[in-house]
Amino acid sequence: MSELLAVENLGKKFGGFVALDGINLSVRKGERLGLIGPNGSGKSTFVNCICGTLRNETGSVRFEGALLDGKIAHQRTRIGLARSFQLPRPFMTMSVADNLRIPLLYTVNARSGPRITSGDAAARTHELLALVGLEAKALHRPSDLTQIEMRKLELARAIATEPKLLIADEAMAGLSQSEIDDILKLLMQLNERGITVILIEHIMSAVMSFSQRLVVFVSGRKIADGVPTDVMRDPDVVRAYLG
Amino acid sequence: MKTWTFFLAGLAVGALTFGAARLTGNDYVFFAGYVVLQSVVLATAWNILGGYTGYVNFGSSAFFAVGAYTTVFFYKTFPMPVPLLVLCGGVVSGIIGLGMGYLTLRLRGAFFAIATIALLVVLQTLIVNWTYVGGSRGAYIIRPQSVPLLGSYIQYLFLIMLTLAVVAVTCARLIERSQLGFGFAAIRDDEMAAEASGVPTLKLKLIATTISGAFMGMAGAPFPYYISYLQPSSAFVLDYSVNAIAMSMIGGTSTWLGPVIGALLLGTLQQVASVTASPAVNLLIVGLLLIFFVIVAPNGIVGLAQSLRARMRR
Repeated sequence: MSELLAVENLGKKFGGFVALDGINLSVRKGERLGLIGPNGSGKSTFVNCICGTLRNETGSVRFEGALLDGKIAHQRTRIGLARSFQLPRPFMTMSVADNLRIPLLYTVNARSGPRITSGDAAARTHELLALVGLEAKALHRPSDLTQIEMRKLELARAIATEPKLLIADEAMAGLSQSEIDDILKLLMQLNERGITVILIEHIMSAVMSFSQRLVVFVSGRKIADGVPTDVMRDPDVVRAYLG
Repeated sequence: MKTWTFFLAGLAVGALTFGAARLTGNDYVFFAGYVVLQSVVLATAWNILGGYTGYVNFGSSAFFAVGAYTTVFFYKTFPMPVPLLVLCGGVVSGIIGLGMGYLTLRLRGAFFAIATIALLVVLQTLIVNWTYVGGSRGAYIIRPQSVPLLGSYIQYLFLIMLTLAVVAVTCARLIERSQLGFGFAAIRDDEMAAEASGVPTLKLKLIATTISGAFMGMAGAPFPYYISYLQPSSAFVLDYSVNAIAMSMIGGTSTWLGPVIGALLLGTLQQVASVTASPAVNLLIVGLLLIFFVIVAPNGIVGLAQSLRARMRR
């Protein structure tokens, strides 16, 4: 399998606080990667730097071999890097269906290839809503959704960009076991279609069952990277989690 | 309704308005109507940036004044018919709008609003010190007594503003229903999420500031001919900015219809008040109505109607 994402020596500071300290990470095409770490360990900052929401101070990010330096967020989305936000950020004044229309119009249509007409877009949004089980809420406003449904919408909006790499930032926090299973099944399906997935999660059972490889961050540093069962036995990881 | 159908319907409504105004046989109707229509254009233009993308612009009068002073400039250098001056005013104000967009691209919320007020002050200072266009003394525009076919010149200006209003409203409606309008709404709701969904937020913001600025400038271009003596303090008044915001807010900012209703309602009320009471009552009316709507119907008249309709359906 070839390399999809290559992160080299990535560093980011907020004032005097070092959020990311020389992270190196390589993700292969089609991989399912789990990323864990205690709160404040830099996971979300890492995602923000990869996706262009924040600018890294040192290091570089390559996607499919191309350097992403200077590319702003929407350009990265258009080349196939999608992310869901940890706290859902839906477009509040639009219907749930229209929330998914935005990435279809602005990302999928911005790529070369057949353009999505408004008829196609309606069918596509319906399909995506069915995928996450929100068909019944298509015409509702996001404010009518429960927290869990909002997370599903967040994920659906990222999937709508037809990404090559999907970064799910704590998509399952606060969900019940059966809902977690639903989301995991969904992510597995996407992975089988060839989408590389990075799963950032606190729920260990989910991470362990999903990931082929597990990476652990502690205070902005990568302390472990490998097969999940081995990583969990790593003394550094055990110390970071259990003190 | 297709855009062309809407545009033609708008022109038909305009023609009826013009016909009805002529039937009164009183030129004052045109004087007052011109100001109301000017408000429709200003509010609609403000709403393209303020309502659709959520960037509150307090500098409407600056764009308006730039349009007016473009006319003064060309009046002295290269006289043209008013419709062409409207286009020139639009181009110049559009460029100023683009510049404002670039300079304020990292500012949001209150900071953006403050920057737009700064733009107003900077441009006013520039004009006050530019003697070619009259400086602080002001400039006289001598307008023809009459025009062929229509008769009085004010009817001609009224007709131009009427056409401009129809064009501006049609354009706003077109934007609202297009992919561009969807992108604007995404920026208004959440800029970070919009970027993550592939929306080029900077580019879209610049488009919004340019279109919005251009229409404001177009509204200002015939103004020197309307008042025939233009001085900085009559073009750079904060009233235009406040009115444009208040009219959009009272009507409702999420659709093209809101600013139209707001401007017609408030503009007419102001004209009636300045005749029957005093011109100073104008701003009092604006202030009180704005407070009333912010408390009772924060989404404006259109928003209120929408929520009432939704409630009846349930």
